[in-house]
Amino acid sequence: MALSVEEVTRIAYLARIGIGSEEAARYVKDLSDILAFVAQMNAVDTSEVEPMAHPLDLPQRLREDAVTEHNKRELFQSIAPQVEAGLYLVPKVIE
Amino acid sequence: MHTYTLKELATGLRARHYSSRELVRHFLDRIAQHNPALNAFITLTEEVALAQAEAADARLARGEGHWLTGVPIAHKDIFCTLGIRTSCGSKMLDNFLAPYDATVVAKCQQVGMPLLGKLNMDEFAMGSSNETSFYGPVKNPWNLACVPGGSSGGSAAAVAAGLTPAATGTDTGGSIRQPAALCGITGLKPTYGRVSRWGMIAFASSLDQGGPMARSAEDCALLLQVMAGFDEKDSTSVDVPVPDYIAGLNQSLMGMRIGLPKEFFDQLDSAMARALEEAIAEYRKLGAEIIEISLPNINLSVPAYYVIAPCECSSNLARYDGVRYGYRCQNPKDLKDLYLRTRAEGFGAEVKRRILIGTYALSAGYYDAYYLKAQKIRRLIAEDFKRAFETVDVLLGPTTPTPAFKLGEKLGDPVAMYLSDIFTIAVNLAGLPAMSIPAGFLDGKPVGMQLIGNYFEEGKLLNVAHQYQRVTDWHRKLPPGFA
Repeated sequence: MALSVEEVTRIAYLARIGIGSEEAARYVKDLSDILAFVAQMNAVDTSEVEPMAHPLDLPQRLREDAVTEHNKRELFQSIAPQVEAGLYLVPKVIE
Repeated sequence: MHTYTLKELATGLRARHYSSRELVRHFLDRIAQHNPALNAFITLTEEVALAQAEAADARLARGEGHWLTGVPIAHKDIFCTLGIRTSCGSKMLDNFLAPYDATVVAKCQQVGMPLLGKLNMDEFAMGSSNETSFYGPVKNPWNLACVPGGSSGGSAAAVAAGLTPAATGTDTGGSIRQPAALCGITGLKPTYGRVSRWGMIAFASSLDQGGPMARSAEDCALLLQVMAGFDEKDSTSVDVPVPDYIAGLNQSLMGMRIGLPKEFFDQLDSAMARALEEAIAEYRKLGAEIIEISLPNINLSVPAYYVIAPCECSSNLARYDGVRYGYRCQNPKDLKDLYLRTRAEGFGAEVKRRILIGTYALSAGYYDAYYLKAQKIRRLIAEDFKRAFETVDVLLGPTTPTPAFKLGEKLGDPVAMYLSDIFTIAVNLAGLPAMSIPAGFLDGKPVGMQLIGNYFEEGKLLNVAHQYQRVTDWHRKLPPGFA
């Protein structure tokens, strides 16, 4: 399974990772190699097999719908790149 | 003191041969002397360690405390430590002071184990050689031209070189066992859900599991006793009682059925196979019955893993957006530019490769062909193990295809690097517990033997490993230059 430069560029954009054209060419090779490798999976017929999502096949636990966590905004914002008046700042989105 | 096991250190503390403060000082001095050659630590926490040691000494003086009170430890830098940098080996988190402690960290602290520092690792635990770390590669104490394995390479190298008596690691596809094997130490990857993942930075959530790395099975038992247990903060933590791992260590192996998966040995290098045959002979002498078994789908484990792990990683690592914590690019011109450049600059090559593979495999139209297919194969692999454990108690095989390889040898070829985990990955897919213990040397480099157990049978694994370590001394060997 070989990918094209265009496909790699599109995937990188979906993943929000900026890549240049030189990098894209390198990823074309790496990702195509990996996809060729994982294609070994196709050697087995799995049409009758249930997919396994959890190693122990256990359901997710439920708990009471009660407040257990307290607001730690100051602590969390103390490690943020840019905050103001208790808000996280990003470049202007709406003109 | 750096050659002692945890049990010996704890005994010495209680007999007042030395204080916890003296013990911590000794290891800090060892780190100052040897870490420059190994690069095993990312962050040293000298002041924290000394303060915790004094508190431990006070507890011991009052006749209080736990078995491990006063014995120092170092954590893989994937475990969050309150107010202390938790980098996960990445530029993305180089400035990240965790706002809380991981459950594993808190448990070690409650017991009174002073924290020496945070250990180097592959970036976000993605790697098998510790070469993808933003902080540079770790060197193997047995041969400085070789890798220590990964991703818990700093943990393995630091224990092997006597820079810490024990360490924590995490294992998503072999990241405790493979470096333990390559550095000649003992490491245990518990059953999925046995040790809390709270505060352990996520890579592939259905596979990640933390565990102990130390000099011996007995030491791993002591440490697992502290680390294991139900945690309501981790939604995948399993509420199964934690047995007394120490009490079970000395059971006889008479009649124990040890299975040899033939697929592991069919493809094994003959020198590695010879080392394991000697270990198998020891087990026969101990009274175990050796039975050949088959895991027919095992060869599909690496391909399935390299779909499942990247898919889960692409989702988990979406949180690093340069907004709430961690790295942010300089002067973003708009929000899109902020995301694109923060992630381009903050992540290294292997992490990006895996995010891209995962994004592709989960993108519209490909889900059935990749993720769903891999999950079906995951079940086939888990069923292979289930069948095997109907006839045997534990499985025995190699941990790795070769001893430690050279730095740089596999860095340019992702698939070759992935294949160095060929014997460890299936265990994570099935969620089983497994260990690596030292079983000899090849060209002066340690050889690891892997033991795989049934769900929640860590105790049996530790028993089987400990009995071998009672009659062999591979686990007591020290790398020349670090003795």
